[in-house]
Amino acid sequence: MAALKRGPDRLADQSGSVGDKDEEYAIDAVHLTKKIGQRVAFDDLSFQVQYGEVFGFLGPNGAGKTTTVRTLGTLLAPTSGNAQVVGVDLNSHNSVEIRSKISIMPESPGLYNRLSVEENLECFADLYMLKDTKEKISNSLEAVNLTSRKNDLCGTLSKGLRQRVGLARALLNDPKLLFLDEPTSGLDPVAALEVHELIIKLKERGVTIFLTTHRLDEAEKLCDRVAILNTTLKMVGRTKDLEKEMFTKSLTVKTLNEIDSPSGIFDSVDGVTSWEKGSDGSFSLNVTSIESVAPNIARALVEAGCDVVFIGEAHHSLEDVYLEIVGTDGGGIK
Amino acid sequence: MKLHWRRIYAITKKELRDFRRNRFIVATMLMLPLIFVLIPLVGIFSVKGTVLTHLEQTKLGISLLYMLLVPTLVPAALSAYSIVGERDQGTLEPILITPIRRDEFLLGKALAAFMPTIAIAYFVYAIFLAATGLFGQSGVANVIFQSSRLIIQLLYTPLLAGWSIWACIAISSRSSDVRVAQQLSTLASLPPLVVVALFATNAITPTPVLALGFGAILFVINVLGWKLVSGIFNGEKMITGKNNT
Repeated sequence: MAALKRGPDRLADQSGSVGDKDEEYAIDAVHLTKKIGQRVAFDDLSFQVQYGEVFGFLGPNGAGKTTTVRTLGTLLAPTSGNAQVVGVDLNSHNSVEIRSKISIMPESPGLYNRLSVEENLECFADLYMLKDTKEKISNSLEAVNLTSRKNDLCGTLSKGLRQRVGLARALLNDPKLLFLDEPTSGLDPVAALEVHELIIKLKERGVTIFLTTHRLDEAEKLCDRVAILNTTLKMVGRTKDLEKEMFTKSLTVKTLNEIDSPSGIFDSVDGVTSWEKGSDGSFSLNVTSIESVAPNIARALVEAGCDVVFIGEAHHSLEDVYLEIVGTDGGGIK
Repeated sequence: MKLHWRRIYAITKKELRDFRRNRFIVATMLMLPLIFVLIPLVGIFSVKGTVLTHLEQTKLGISLLYMLLVPTLVPAALSAYSIVGERDQGTLEPILITPIRRDEFLLGKALAAFMPTIAIAYFVYAIFLAATGLFGQSGVANVIFQSSRLIIQLLYTPLLAGWSIWACIAISSRSSDVRVAQQLSTLASLPPLVVVALFATNAITPTPVLALGFGAILFVINVLGWKLVSGIFNGEKMITGKNNT
């Protein structure tokens, strides 16, 4: 299991990410801080991203996600702290080298509207000084299913198609590390699904992806690990582990009729640490072990003459984790 | 550091394609030269006789000055938008994410404004010379075809364009608003014209040495302008609106 840490102590161990490669990290940030004017955009970020993983960067609006991407992408200089991006030290001397090995797809794709899709890509292929330009453009367009639209002016494309062009552009240089900043922001569900499918395809190809989003379903679906940011890093880990770590083990119990004396039943079973009645008449029990306590609860309920409808482990989503962290952090979604 | 011309040319090519498909820019690039060739031709053809008075010579000098407004004002229309426009349409960030250096990026932008400007300016001047040679009075033609005046026109056209482009790009890279950038750019492109106007009106006698000397100064200013604008270009400020802290 990944070791999950909150606050500054979280840095010690972030094992458990995909792959067991011993090679350097795609991103290795240590105490990275960025101030813009007097405002702290993000503070004391330390985390690692391994090659081949999809790393989700979650946080509410204004949490510092985009600024983190821009800083790691050498667009902004960090105020303090260090980082290595694709094995290269993050500083102004190395910015060209880093930028040649990574790609960033900003939230808004930023296309030249009077240029065709192919002309947009051609410009960027030249900026990356790629060999076999035509082939690279063709491969990128194929990857995002846009070959048939290559002669269309970008200004005539829908937002979903523009996002795909942005993604094609980001794939041109076969980046070692791909930053996707809110790639589905403002897209309808079908277009968002198409982008998800593209990300899954890239993941299968082994591309390391740093995905910023505030869509928790997206992170849960696509990411191997997530970090939750709200100016400071709140937590890093696998989503399942975060859920387990954040919430104690609990059972949901539902009976056909109302239980006359729930305390008499639940308090008598070893391993039940607390319980509460839900608004729908079901009970939520915090327990020490699901496997050992659930049968005893069932037995006690039957002995008390209750008709048991359901006993099962309560599941928590990434959304619960997020709300628990961000919602209690004085900002973001409550 | 070595310049990567493929990257520079990528920016230039992209800009030229963009200009060509922008009706406002195409209209500006057609209208300004048309105006600046018609007005001096009217001036030329209103001068009669073979021996010209001082006033008539000054009038011809002013006509030639119009020719130099083309390389001064056309770049303002193109370059004022170059950086602040990229930022406004959200294309600056994707460009700066690529490995292009800022001096390469700015040089690509400058060349994109320089090439059409020079082509238009020389074309307009060629029309002016042809019309003068074919239809002008011999006295008028003698003044217009003076070697020092030819040097001024041919040499100063690219140099004034260069000045104007770097001044406009500098303003564009420090402006937060396209309209402000355009207005300031037009003003900033004019100062060297003052010296040229002194030549044109014979307030300073335009000897070849003096014309070449001033041309050399403008050339140095152009090279320094590129370095200076590259130095003041602050990608971080363009993206966040604030300086690095």
